[in-house]
Amino acid sequence: MQPIQDPEKLKEIARLLRIDCLKMLHQAGCGHTGGPLGMMDLMVALYFYAMRHDPKNPHWEDRDRFILANGHTCPALYVVLAYAGYFPKEELQHLRQLGSPLQGHPKRKVEWGIEMSTGSLGQGMSIGNGLAMAARLDARDFITYSFHSDGEAQEGMLWEAAMTAGYRGLDNRIGILDDNGIQIDGYNKDIKDVSPLKEKFEAFGWLTRSIDGNDMEAIMAALDWARLREGKPKMILAKTILGKGVSIFENLPKYHGVAPNDEELAIALKELGGL
Amino acid sequence: MSEKIATRDAYGRALVELGKKRQDVVVLDADLSCSTKTIHFAKAYPERFFNMGVAEQDMMGTAAGFALAGKTVFASSFAMFATGRAFEIVRNSIAYPKLNVKICASHAGLTVGEDGASHQTVEDIAIMRAIPNMSVIVPADGVETAKVIESIADYPGPVYVRLSRAASPILFPQDHLFQLGRSQVLREGKALAIVACGLMLSYAMEAAELLKQQGIEVSVLNMASIKPLDEKTLKEVADYCGGKVMTVEEHSIMGGLGSAVAEVLAEYGAYQVHRVGVRDEFGQSGKASDLLEHYQLTPHHLVKQAQSLI
Repeated sequence: MQPIQDPEKLKEIARLLRIDCLKMLHQAGCGHTGGPLGMMDLMVALYFYAMRHDPKNPHWEDRDRFILANGHTCPALYVVLAYAGYFPKEELQHLRQLGSPLQGHPKRKVEWGIEMSTGSLGQGMSIGNGLAMAARLDARDFITYSFHSDGEAQEGMLWEAAMTAGYRGLDNRIGILDDNGIQIDGYNKDIKDVSPLKEKFEAFGWLTRSIDGNDMEAIMAALDWARLREGKPKMILAKTILGKGVSIFENLPKYHGVAPNDEELAIALKELGGL
Repeated sequence: MSEKIATRDAYGRALVELGKKRQDVVVLDADLSCSTKTIHFAKAYPERFFNMGVAEQDMMGTAAGFALAGKTVFASSFAMFATGRAFEIVRNSIAYPKLNVKICASHAGLTVGEDGASHQTVEDIAIMRAIPNMSVIVPADGVETAKVIESIADYPGPVYVRLSRAASPILFPQDHLFQLGRSQVLREGKALAIVACGLMLSYAMEAAELLKQQGIEVSVLNMASIKPLDEKTLKEVADYCGGKVMTVEEHSIMGGLGSAVAEVLAEYGAYQVHRVGVRDEFGQSGKASDLLEHYQLTPHHLVKQAQSLI
């Protein structure tokens, strides 16, 4: 796909996909709302600006790989993949239904752009490392991205993998960590504070960049920086607002893991200009 | 039966052979390459060997990533950690997406010996067998191990191979054939069907010989492929032996070979299945041979158990 260079166009796509995402979750009647809305700007920038991929050739060997380590935010991935053309948009209405490829947490289906089954937190960074190590072995130049959440940083395995990427200097490896400060039981700081993330990743051998993960220009600049090969893996620490774009959801732990009801959907669509 | 080799040693050699033939083979270990014998591959093909350090979960996740990139991946550690510590990664990141990862784990069962119970898994077959998409193989000797490695390299999916630390006798000729889901009848006799796997197969054969000296002829079935299980041959041999079956394994009697056999035969009706193995207890330190004696898995114990059934 040709990258979209205009941040205003990317912002508009993010707005439309937030609407798709809410409609899909409302239809499903359950699922995670806050995370997908908060990370939508990052996802749009990844798929329509930064990543090398071709929806018409999903098995392309040199495509960049994307692993959604925090698989519960898959509504954001699904709307992005549908918009890119990996599968018909109508399929979104079958989220979480029996027989639908759009499972509650991602199930691998490369034809539809879903690179890996994920959902159990902490595993995606190792998976991304394996892909990056294979690319290096075969002298292929694709980049492996993995997307993480701050709550996920409480999983020990994530740090095993961070150590591997740092030790091996996997500079074909980019991580994005969605730092919205909220996990399913409440605020990180009240459960098990994961900070300081920057210092932790740097100590593990990563280059880091902290950005506002809802600022499209900042996201684009960070992804440009991350694609440079400098002998180390890159981690973009993105501060986002859970539920971004809908005032009644923003920064409320309650909306981490529930779908919008009729009334909430109506308010949300109005705010997002989706009516 | 004079020549002895541990199945882990045979695995190490087979990997080198495979690496020579197949460029797509990569091997991962978690700081136990000298024990699991992946060290031979590491020396022969250092660019395709990845020591992941003491991090079995990370190793399994990384193995999954290599498989996504099209590699045929062998991941090794001690059976306890490969199946226990890393269980959920094996389940969710390898078996669920049905990735081409071969988990070849050594030091299974009691014959780890002196290290004791923390390292002696007697639950690994049960754990791996319960995972959808996962195949489970317990080769009986060095020859069979080599055949297993050759065979599973051509099978595009997750496989668990249980290997041993202790040396065991070579039972099979070099032209031995291994096929996933197939068993072999090694002896025929109508008094009892002994079904065994792994190191216990040679003990089962010895027990059969001792029973013969008493005029009792038993059948012995090598059930290296525990999942998929060769139900057809199992039932035929069980029928031939009047429905009397004794399973023998260096594993808990809960969830392993004995359970697999009993589950199948129970669905057909009137069979008596006696499970010989570790009886819901942990192992302990000791010489491998002393442990097998203590847990009543040696040939003369098997003879006693068989006699009680006949």
